[in-house]
Amino acid sequence: MQAAAPAPVSSPETSALLGGKRPVWFRIWEGCQYGVLALSTLSVLLPILGISWFLASKGLAALNWEFITKAPEKQMQAGGIMPALVGTLYLMAGTFLFALPLGLFGAIYITEYGRGSWFTRILRLAIVNLAGVPSVVYGLFGLGFFVLFVGGGIDKMFFSQNLPKPTYGTGALIWASLTLALLILPVVITAAEEALLSVPDSFRQASLAMGSTRWQTVWNVVLPSALPGILTGMILGLSRAAGETAPILLTGAAYFQSTLPDSAHSPFMALPYHLYIISTQVPDIDQKIPWGTALVLLILVLGMNAVASFFRARARAGRRW
Amino acid sequence: MASQTEVKVQASKARQVGRDFSDRFMKAFIHVNAFMVVVSVFLIFAFLIKESLPFFQQRSVKSLILGPSWYPLEPSDTFGALPLIGGTLLTTGIAIVIALPLGVLCAIFLGELAPSRLKNVLKSGVEVLAGIPSVVIGFIGMTVVGPLLQEKFGLLTGLTAFTGGLLLAFMALPTIISIAEDALHAVPHDYRQASLALGATRLQTIWRAVTPAAGRGIIAALMLGLGRAIGETMTVLMATGNAANVPNKLFAPVADNSLFMSIRTLTATIAAEMGETPQGSLHYHALFALGITLFLITFTVNTLADLALHRGKR
Repeated sequence: MQAAAPAPVSSPETSALLGGKRPVWFRIWEGCQYGVLALSTLSVLLPILGISWFLASKGLAALNWEFITKAPEKQMQAGGIMPALVGTLYLMAGTFLFALPLGLFGAIYITEYGRGSWFTRILRLAIVNLAGVPSVVYGLFGLGFFVLFVGGGIDKMFFSQNLPKPTYGTGALIWASLTLALLILPVVITAAEEALLSVPDSFRQASLAMGSTRWQTVWNVVLPSALPGILTGMILGLSRAAGETAPILLTGAAYFQSTLPDSAHSPFMALPYHLYIISTQVPDIDQKIPWGTALVLLILVLGMNAVASFFRARARAGRRW
Repeated sequence: MASQTEVKVQASKARQVGRDFSDRFMKAFIHVNAFMVVVSVFLIFAFLIKESLPFFQQRSVKSLILGPSWYPLEPSDTFGALPLIGGTLLTTGIAIVIALPLGVLCAIFLGELAPSRLKNVLKSGVEVLAGIPSVVIGFIGMTVVGPLLQEKFGLLTGLTAFTGGLLLAFMALPTIISIAEDALHAVPHDYRQASLALGATRLQTIWRAVTPAAGRGIIAALMLGLGRAIGETMTVLMATGNAANVPNKLFAPVADNSLFMSIRTLTATIAAEMGETPQGSLHYHALFALGITLFLITFTVNTLADLALHRGKR
């Protein structure tokens, strides 16, 4: 064994320790490194500001009451976005309806009933995998399973007199909602799980010690404390759903409809799909319209995100345990 | 007196029965719900296989993956996904080459250097980026970024692999930044103190003590960013021009380089063609075959990310 050679005194690593100043070239070199770090942060931030600026300046020119309340006109070259906006709101309501029970009770299982069980591990694995599935694959699944298998099955059983004209076996609000509910499930479950876990175990023990059943404990004690966190996750999930295009493209979004969807099994217009259509397939459109549509979509999505982080901040600040 | 007590006991017994019933019922209901979540993952996989099986009964896996041309319409019906896989790999590659260094450097700046108020501002900026729908990014790509690049490089079209990759980089950045920052945050404080006590500067500490210790987390960030970029649909559908060419000229001069030509990805093909395909046709099943290819690629990438993260924790 050989003793390590002493480090040379002039090395920038050791000179400061020995009381000497670091050489000028070293300080310049470090300055450059700080510069690169700041510059890369700036180059992430600037495009974000650029996108916001473009959308705000070009989109605001289109925004007015008529744009929000009128249907598209003249082969969608003019008019407003009302059916698409309302369609997106319907879609979000449907997604909420399906995602809430599945997400909430899934999370309650993980934290309250199956803590540490083998099935919880499988459930976690399933959620991780769901989160990684590309959105267009959700669309394929929605088409193959919900629209053709389930919807087609309903048609064969209950509406065979109408066939070959499909009743449920076609792209529709209900199938797109179910597909999106599945897509946002990882967000909803993860947030709900975190909220439920943040409720201290002493609350549960106190409730159980007073003779409550497991479910009474969950319903009366755990859920009220976890509610803000659960809602935050739900809103985040819905904002994601509102912006998705590929899944609804395959499961029921309509190119154009003169009327609003009147039942769960109608096709519907939606903002993101409408933006895609008018910016790629409608020539000679007044350029204000796609910019305005993009801005409305962005306001909707980011607005919901803002509401969610407001809730989260309040939930964290208002906690007294 | 005695009968009154009896009534009370009976009432409380009845309440208890109701209580026990609702407890059991909810327990069963919650178990069913949890089971449904797991079942849905299996269903996704099962239906992708079921709907792509008819394609593989007629064509080989090899002809799909290595076939050099994609002409799905009737007279030719050639289903070679090589140009599409190539397009996906090229745009994703461009995105990662841009987003990984940028994202990690940005995470280092955020996590190690920025004062907390600046950090909060920057973080909300990144959150905004994460929230922008992909169709809006695609729209910006078509109307602003594409024409800009076309003019700068003198290209035939602004809708190229490079445009798509650049936009994908920005969509992958929030994922990369937040996971890399978490990984840096998880490095114990002792490491930094030990390094600083030895006389290292702040930057030397970051490069030689903190970043290597966060290595696994950074690999996970890379993988999850990759998964995000591969699966992205609307952005590439709108901004890459959708010509199914095999991108095989990566080192040619700009005018002839695949980077600056239109390409088409797996995701964009599914989204663009499914609407015009009769259900049950060979083309329909071929698109499901593309879907399962995509699913397997992202599944692999995400599993690697998960391994990197969880091995790192031990």
